[in-house]
Amino acid sequence: MGGWHAFCELLAIMRKTFIHGVILGSFCLGFGLVLAVTDQLTVDDIAARSLEDRTNSLSQVIPDNMHDNNIVTDTLTMKNAHDKEITVYRARQAGKVTGVAYEVFGTGYAGEMRLMLGIDAKGTLLGVRVLAHKETPGLGDKIEVKKGDWILRFTGLSLGDPPAERWKVKKDGGEFDQFAGATITPRGVVKAIHGGLDYFAENKATLTEAH
Amino acid sequence: MATSNYTTIVKDGLWDNNGVFSMLLGMCPAMAMTTSATNGFGMGLATAVVMAASSLLVAVFRNWITQEVRIPVFILIVAAMVTLVDLAMNAWMHELYKVLGLFIPLIVSNCLPLARLEAFAAKQSALPSFLDGLFMGLGFTIALTAIGAVREITGNGTLFADASLLLGPAFKAIEMRLLPADMGVLMMILPPGGFLVTGLLVVVKRMIDLRAGKEIQMGGAHSVA
Repeated sequence: MGGWHAFCELLAIMRKTFIHGVILGSFCLGFGLVLAVTDQLTVDDIAARSLEDRTNSLSQVIPDNMHDNNIVTDTLTMKNAHDKEITVYRARQAGKVTGVAYEVFGTGYAGEMRLMLGIDAKGTLLGVRVLAHKETPGLGDKIEVKKGDWILRFTGLSLGDPPAERWKVKKDGGEFDQFAGATITPRGVVKAIHGGLDYFAENKATLTEAH
Repeated sequence: MATSNYTTIVKDGLWDNNGVFSMLLGMCPAMAMTTSATNGFGMGLATAVVMAASSLLVAVFRNWITQEVRIPVFILIVAAMVTLVDLAMNAWMHELYKVLGLFIPLIVSNCLPLARLEAFAAKQSALPSFLDGLFMGLGFTIALTAIGAVREITGNGTLFADASLLLGPAFKAIEMRLLPADMGVLMMILPPGGFLVTGLLVVVKRMIDLRAGKEIQMGGAHSVA
């Protein structure tokens, strides 16, 4: 009879486990549904906001009066020097490409920094903005436009201005100021911008040809 | 166990049993997100919203949540609330989201909401639980703002810098520079400053409590059943 007893006990345990499973499962299902509905409600708004953000950040590196097209949607996908896919946004006036904007990547003190470059058809910088970085607050974050105007310094420069050996921070014998207590961050930014200009020079034909 | 007396709930949350300074919970955001008073304030507010909502929900469902599955259900509820707040803010309060958005997913890693669900909301009815979550969250906000303020003043010489980005242009007036920029001690903004200031403020709070003749409430004993 011991076997029968153990069997009954096992059944009781299984029943209890089943009930807990059902409870946990229903909570998962319930909240899953709530999240799915919220996602449906917000998905269009979030996409619209993200498009607005991109338009805003692009208009900071390419002046609005340089184009009559919608830069955000006039894109080209290319591979950068490190074989990474980048999206190139193109500004056009009457069909002709007047400028391009694309992301470049630099290495700072605390990892990768992402920058957006705006370059006109002749290879002159229209503007540079830092999109994302993990640099030290109060030190390296002066590369952000809202924390200082250091990054505005690059507008109007090009591959030959200043000459290649001067495309460095002052500490390395170049043109650009470093920050008190932070050299690695500006050094990384300067290098990334210079690399971005190189890329433009090498791929000028593809970047600016009208389709 | 805390009573459902509303004054006690408010006082416990804001001061007596403060999540950071008395229970020493939520240390990860309390140190990582307090490089400035504004950052601390933002993180605190986002946490308060999630805590109030999840405490309310747990209290409402408390009779269906069995002892054995309560922890996964609590985590599920906190995570769902965080995702809801994240999506809603991204869609409808986008300017605020650009500043706070970074902090919101981090609320899941905070053990303070979970501790309050376990210690309070699982045993109390809806209204007291909602208030407990809200005021524990506001107490957390006060603590984070205080830590952030001390670190910002000593490390950067400013107070409430960038507050207008978080709260709107009207708050430009509370952005202050108290010390010249080169007088800041950088270490206070880096991680060691978080440990130093948090520890120091815990001491300050206990000294105030001792002077007032209050019995010191020690951390875990109160909240972990």
